Formats: sequence, structure tokens, C-alpha cells
Amino acid sequence: MNIIKFLDEFTNESMVEKKSSRRDIFGTFGSLSKKAALAAIPFGLGSTKTFASTTAVAADPVGALQLALTLEYLEDEFYDLALQSGVITDANVEKVYMQISKHEQAHVDFLFAGLTQAGVTPVSKPEFDFTAGGLFDPFNTSNPDAYAQLLALAQAFEDTGVRAYKGQAGNLQGSPFLTAGLQIHSVEARHASEIRRIRGLKGWITGKERGAGMPSQTQAVYDGEENVMQGGLDVTTLGTGPAFSINASTEAYDETLSGDDAVAIASLFIVA
Amino acid sequence: MKNKILKVHQPNQKISNDRRQFLKLSGLAMVGTGLLFACDNDDDNNPTMPGVFDLGKGDLGVLNYAYALEQLEADFYTKVVNGSYWASASSIEKQVLQDLYYHEVNHRDFFSAAISAAVGSNTAAKLPTLEFNYGSLNFGSRDQVLATAKVLEDTGVAAYNGAGKLITDPGYLVIAGKIVSVEARHASAIRTLINPGSADFAGDDVVDSITGLDRALDPSDILAAVGDTGFITTKFTAMNLP
Repeated sequence: MNIIKFLDEFTNESMVEKKSSRRDIFGTFGSLSKKAALAAIPFGLGSTKTFASTTAVAADPVGALQLALTLEYLEDEFYDLALQSGVITDANVEKVYMQISKHEQAHVDFLFAGLTQAGVTPVSKPEFDFTAGGLFDPFNTSNPDAYAQLLALAQAFEDTGVRAYKGQAGNLQGSPFLTAGLQIHSVEARHASEIRRIRGLKGWITGKERGAGMPSQTQAVYDGEENVMQGGLDVTTLGTGPAFSINASTEAYDETLSGDDAVAIASLFIVA
Repeated sequence: MKNKILKVHQPNQKISNDRRQFLKLSGLAMVGTGLLFACDNDDDNNPTMPGVFDLGKGDLGVLNYAYALEQLEADFYTKVVNGSYWASASSIEKQVLQDLYYHEVNHRDFFSAAISAAVGSNTAAKLPTLEFNYGSLNFGSRDQVLATAKVLEDTGVAAYNGAGKLITDPGYLVIAGKIVSVEARHASAIRTLINPGSADFAGDDVVDSITGLDRALDPSDILAAVGDTGFITTKFTAMNLP
């Protein structure tokens, strides 16, 4: 759970040493807006080794893609280990995990190739600990809670992924990666809905409820989902009836997660 | 009643392929071709057809486009929850479809309010309330209701994914993102209701097996396919969107 070390590697290696490569991404794709180009100017990343928490993820397309790759590494390894563990005995659930696993592997490959082609060194795969320092034991067939933990962690990872990609949309705006980012984002949402429904929940998030059986450590994934203000409008006031209840109004809109918050959640499962 | 479809700009081969893919996916009985559809973004002259509403260009065009799709979804689910299939559906299916009804009505009225705020006194720039006709679609049929819901939700996902790059205002982009993931959650749930215990929730027909990417389609592709269903009977054009 060494978040500082993770951030250090995340930023210093990939963002600072590759500064010239960072420029190449714009040359290669060449169609970035002025806004994106300005946003790409590093804000003091090179000046400090240990990193202020407010600037953990660079607010530019490269920072967004590196964060995405990190989250995809995490998901990809999680589903691989889950499928290898023997904990999943339900053939239908195994089918679901296999489909998700296929997509997470594809996302890793896609993002890795995209960064490489853009002249940027992709962030290296962290070392993960899916016990989160002993909180969980999801791949152990002799743990009677392993199956429940496998599903709960999948839900947390997918719902985090949806929010994290959405949180990076602004950083990808004007870059050639926006559409691909959106195309991954909606796949994560399809996954999230399926896992949630396997767990007996609705496929969508009501208020900031993490849902029955979710460990309290996953609450950070859901905090903020209770928002009802969209574009300056309180959507509960748009009309009357159940479509404008707090529950429906929070379910109808997924919320963003900042890069820092996404890193904080992921870092629970990162050793180094 | 069949309305003549007018095409100002013949879609190119790629669009035709996408369209065929959509129609193949849909498996729906087409009830007619009511939507006047036109696409021409080759110039900046803001082309329109006299007497026919055009969605417009830029962010407003995208908002009107989203409003059209959300109007369709909201209307469809309103009819679903007033239909005989829903009345006798299992509790799970009832809840899913009722939630989708709530969400889409909320989305529709959000876009109505957002567009009103954006156009101010220029109310003629806001897409009017659309009218719909589902032809022979049987709202008492589970298969037909769920198959149509699947098409509408998958279409919503592909539409928002394709429209993101057309949005200039970062605030609108984030809101589109907040809505598209909910549409994707819907699509996943509907797909599993149709085919439980399968990989269809994110099936290979919509998520590319190699790249892991969902579909993203331009407004012209989406509107052509929606037009072919004949569900929307109010004519409008999208001559200033790609």
C-alpha cells in the first residue's frame, strides 16, 4: 500500500523523464485542441520527488491514459487470478468473468499500444495485492468468503473504472483518444451492471449506496454518487413523480471520480 | 401510413455497413420510414430544409440530438410500463423496466431544461416535442419489448460514444459521460434478461473482441437506423452534424 512510491513511479518515470516524448504525442496525432496543448504543460512535476497529493495525476491526455492503463492492469490481473483460483464454481458466473477478463486484457493491450505509438513509455505494471494487506482472501478456496469477496471486489473495480474514465473525459477532450476512452468507459459500465446484478443489486447506483455485502472499505467508490446537481440543475426539481425522486435522480447519472481519488482506491491493492 | 424518406445526402459505403449492422442487431419489424433524415456537413452554410426542424450544429446540435434519442427512449418505456407484458412480468423484470422508465424520463426532461437554458429566447432552436408510432410492435410481448429495449439502449451507448468528440463545452461532455454509462448499465441488464448466464451483457456483437471497445457511431448512422424503425414520426433533419 505504498502510495507515495506508486505515485513517484507513476509520475516521475513516465511524466517527467519522458517529457520530450510527451510532446511527441501531439506531433504524432497532430489534431489536438489548443486547450489540450495548454493543459499538457507540466505543472511542476519535475520539481519535487515526493509529490503533492493535489497533483497526483497529470491533467492531460497522457496522464489520463497512464491512469487508465494502471486501472486496467489491476482489473486484468484480478480477473486472471480469479479465473485461475477455482473459487468460481458457477459456470454462468465463470462465463461472465471470462468475457470481462477478455476485455480487460484487450484494454491493457490497446492502451499500451496507444501510448507506445504516441511516443510515450507506458507506465509499468504495479505489483498488486488483492488481499489489500490482509483484508480479503478472494483467491483461496479454503476461505468460505472467497466467492463473495471475488464478486464484491469485481463490483468495486468496475464501478471505480466507470467513474475514473468519466473523470478523465475532460483531460481527453480535444485529443484523438477521447472516443476510445468513451468506448472503454461504456464497456466498464456494462461489466459493472452485470456484476452488480449477479450480486443481487440493481445494475445502477442508488444514492451513494455501496450495496448489500460490500465491505466498508469500498465506500470511497460510491461517495459522491448521491449528487443530484447536473449542469447547475437540480434534476429532482425537473418534474414530479418517481422519475424525479432522489433515488431515480441519482441512479440516472453516474458521477465522476478524480484521478487522485481513483489512485487512492487503486493504491489499496498496490504493493509497489 | 408510409412517409417517403428523403435523403439529401446519400450515406457512403461505410455508413451503409454500420447501418446494416445495426439493423441486423435489431431484429425488429420495421414499421415504416417516417423520419426525414438528411446529412450534409460539407460546408458551413448551416443548411436546412424549409419548414423542417434541423437539430443544428455544435453543442446545441448535439444537445438536440440527445434530446431526440431520450424522447424516444422515455416514450417507449412509458408505453412499456403501461403495457400488458410489464403488468404481468416477474418482479425483477418489472423493476428493471420501471427504473429504465424513470431514468429516461429524467434524462429527457434534463435535456429539455438544458436546451431551454442554452437557447434562451431563441426557442425555435430547441427540438420540439416529438411524436411516435410503434406500428405493430406488441407491448404485450416480452420478446418484442426486450428486443426493442436492447436496440434502444445499445443505440444510446453508440450514439453518446460517437457524439463525445463533437462536444466543445467540457461541462456538457461530462454530463454526456454521466448519462452514457447509465445507458450502458441498462443495455447490460436488458441483454442479460434476454439471455441469462451468457456473455451477452457485453457481447461480441457490440464490444470488439480485439480492442475491447464498445461501439461509437456518428449521428448520421444513428439517425438513419432510428429513421428506419419508423418510431419517430415528427420530421427533423441533422444537416449540420456528421
